[in-house]
This record gives sequence, structure tokens and C-alpha cells, in this order.
Amino acid sequence: MARLGGRLVLQHVSLAIPGGAITAIVGRSGAGKTTLIRTLNGLVRPCSGTVQVAGVGTLDGPQSWRAHRRRTATVFQDHALIGRLSAIDNVLLGLADQRHPLSLLPWPRTLRQRAATALDSVGLLARAEAPVCKLSGGERQRVGLARALVRDPALLLADEPFASVDPALVGQLSRDFRAAVWQCGLTVVIVLHQLDIALSIADRIIGLVDGHVAFDGPPCAFDSAARGRVFHNLRALSPLPKDAP
Amino acid sequence: MSFAADRDPMASVLADGSRRALRGYAGFIAAGFAIAAAFAYADAFNLARYRDALPTILVLLGDSLPPDFSRWQSWGRPLAETLAMSICGTVLAAAAAAPLGALAASGTGFPVASHAARLVLNTLRSIPDLVWGIMFVAAVGFGPLPGLLALACHSTGMLGKFYAEIIEHVDAAPGEALRSHGVSRLAVLRFSVLPQILPRVVDVTLYRWEHNIRAATVLGVIGAGGIGLELITAFHLFAYREAMALIFLLLALVTAINMLGAWLRSRFLQ
Repeated sequence: MARLGGRLVLQHVSLAIPGGAITAIVGRSGAGKTTLIRTLNGLVRPCSGTVQVAGVGTLDGPQSWRAHRRRTATVFQDHALIGRLSAIDNVLLGLADQRHPLSLLPWPRTLRQRAATALDSVGLLARAEAPVCKLSGGERQRVGLARALVRDPALLLADEPFASVDPALVGQLSRDFRAAVWQCGLTVVIVLHQLDIALSIADRIIGLVDGHVAFDGPPCAFDSAARGRVFHNLRALSPLPKDAP
Repeated sequence: MSFAADRDPMASVLADGSRRALRGYAGFIAAGFAIAAAFAYADAFNLARYRDALPTILVLLGDSLPPDFSRWQSWGRPLAETLAMSICGTVLAAAAAAPLGALAASGTGFPVASHAARLVLNTLRSIPDLVWGIMFVAAVGFGPLPGLLALACHSTGMLGKFYAEIIEHVDAAPGEALRSHGVSRLAVLRFSVLPQILPRVVDVTLYRWEHNIRAATVLGVIGAGGIGLELITAFHLFAYREAMALIFLLLALVTAINMLGAWLRSRFLQ
């Protein structure tokens, strides 16, 4: 279970995330998708229950969390980049746990090399020195993806990575995403509200309704009945009064 | 029988609009009366007081022109003292204001320390630098040293308040991204908060330096050395032409610092 500000968001969630595959979490807004991602990267601690990670064990103390987070990276919905820093400096932030916070030295050459490689893998090496605030929404999201990939993670979490991207670019970005996953053999958990993209890129779909798991299976099993269960009872809009001006 | 909740909601919304407008007019009129009373209390409506004002100012101006730069060789040292006072006072203030401002910013997770830091900043700020100056002249003697200490105390209060406000406006999302990667609190400050606040911190600190140049001049009057002492001495000796020359010198100094500040700011703000 997980709480946010005293409100119980996730209840009785029991899941096993398959390794080396893309798992998409779908559901209406407020269903607990983001909270589930934040439970997996430790930004929200469950108030009861545990998270277990292959190779690390139960996440119950600072050491196990450190070990888990070292192999984890997250792509955020609103990019979570620093606008005045260049693309490569933002990607380097993904490696901030690898240097002393009070060091006044410049970033080591090996880390800069890794950041440049990550930017190259999302096709943005040419824009490496451009400040992020001058990049387009799609380019920013690719910088966010590069900041996650530079960590060489075993687990990649993504919260609505295509939410603020031009629909025309979503196809390109989701291909980038899929390619990155294949090249590195990652385990991916991705929150998506565009169901068609979820069905096209995921190996597995998890449907959340009001903090419960309502569907858990392959995309081919996510039929109209399952869709009804996950996206049911959208509040009916009350009709406008006839004499409204 | 009728209750407020039973009333037509449309009528109540419209009535609320006119009530707000009336309240706005009443506030405007009350503020006007208060301002007029303040002017009257300060004797600003006593026209007889202005009768000799313009001729006197013209006489004073005539007496002080052309400016007399003949003693320019003896001004280098006081000018350097004023400059040193302003630089050291600003640097000390920035160094003290950084931790105090960070503590005073709300939402850092230490409410007691935050209130304590705010109290310290308010106290430092509410004592004018002239009063700090008189205290430090008594404590450490004449010269630029009491001046820079006075500037440091008052400026710490101002800069700490500005730093706290800047920190409160930092976007938390990049810091959360770092925390999700297992980065320590200190590293979040260094890698997420610092790059975000740096341009504005540089901006307000440069403004404070420009302000401190002028404040350092005034502090000279109470014995804290520098060009202010030269200026007040010239006035006391009725050497108005020399005083005018010193004012021109100050104007040049402040303008030069402003230009340097603008250049530094443009580099940081892009």
C-alpha cells in the first residue's frame, strides 16, 4: 500500500515485473499509475508491504535502496530538466551519484564521454551545447531519456514520457525508446495514457483502477471487456440547461 | 422563511461583485486620506517654506561650480577605502546570507531552524547600517574596518531574505529526479538547486554591491573613513567646489560599478 498526503492511493497491489521486457501501466488519471512508478524508484515509500528486486532482495534499508537505485533510472513526465543548463550538462546530472557533491573539479572526461554517447544514442549530439530551454518539447524529452540511459540502468522507469510531445513525434520517440530497450536489454516500466502506444510497444499491460490492479496480461489479451474494466465509469457529463446563454 | 443558502446563487454572485467594487472604492478613498494626512504632517503643504528654496539652491549650485579637482592626489586612498569597504562588506554578507537564507527558505524541512534564521535576518535588517556603523566605530575604532562590518551586518539581513525567496522558487522536479537516482541531499543542493538559483543570486548580490558603494560613502560621515569623510569635511569647511568635485567622482565610480555589474549579469543571465 502507498499513501500520498494521507490519501491511500495504492491498495493490495501485488505485481511481478518481468525482466528484459516493457511493461506498460495504463488507467484513468488518479488511478495510482504515477504513485506506482514512484514506489519503484523510492520517491514514495509504501506504508505497508514491500518491494523486492532480483539481485538486491527486499528494499528495507538505506543500503538495499542505494543498491537498487544505482541500477535504476527514471524518465519524468515534465522532463525535470534544468532549463539554463546545456543538454550535455543535464545528461551529466544522471551521473551525479558518481562524484563528490563538494568537488570543484570539472566533470571527468570519462563521464563526459558517457554523457555524449547517451546524447548520440537519442540523436541529439549536435545539440549537446544548446541550453535545454532553447530545445523543443520532443528534444527535451529525448534529453530526459539520455539522462536516464547514461546511468546504464537495469531498470528504466518512465512516467508519461510522451505526454508533452507533439503527436507527430510520438511515433519517432517510441521507436527511439524501443530501440534503446533492445540495445541495452533493459527492464522497462512505463506509464502511458495513450492506449494505442501502450499496446504497440509493450510486452505486458497492467491496468490500474482506483489503486487496484484490474488487468495484468499481454497486450493481445487486453480486449474490449478488459478495456471496459480499466476505463469504466467515466463520470457522465451533466447536460447543459436549455436556457443557458 | 429564507436562509442564505436558499437564495438564488446567480443573484448572490452578482451582489458579491458590486459589494467588492464598493469595498475597493472605500479602500481607495481611505488610502488617499492617509497619504494626504502624511504629507500634511510632514509640512509639505506649507507653501511659505518653498519661497526661498529655488534661489538658495541656485546660490549653492553657483558656489559649487566649477568643481575644484585641485586636491585630486589626496583622494586615491579614501576612494580605495570606500571601494574596499563595499567589496568586503558585500562578500561577508553573501557568505553569511547563503546558509541563513537556505535555512530561512520555507519547505526545507526544518521549521524551527527556519523561524530562527528568519528572526536573525529580520533583526540584522531592521537595524540601519548607520547604527551598526556607530556601534562598530565604538567597538573597533575609526577607519574602513567598522564600515565594512556595518555593511556586512545590514546586507546579510537583506541578502538572506532575497536568497530565501529565490530558493523558495526553485523547481523541485530536477531535484526529485536526482533523489530517485539515490543522490544525497547535499548533492541535490549542489547539482539541482545551485545551478537554478545562481543567476538570480549573482543578480541580487551585484545590486547589493552597487547599493553598498553609496552606503559606504554615507558611513564615512560617522567616522568609517573613505570618500564620505572627505565629502563631509569639504562641506564643513564650506569648500562647495571641492564637494562638487567629490560628488562627480562618486558618480563616476557608481556608474563604473553599474556597468561592470551589467556586464557580469549579462554573462550569467544570457
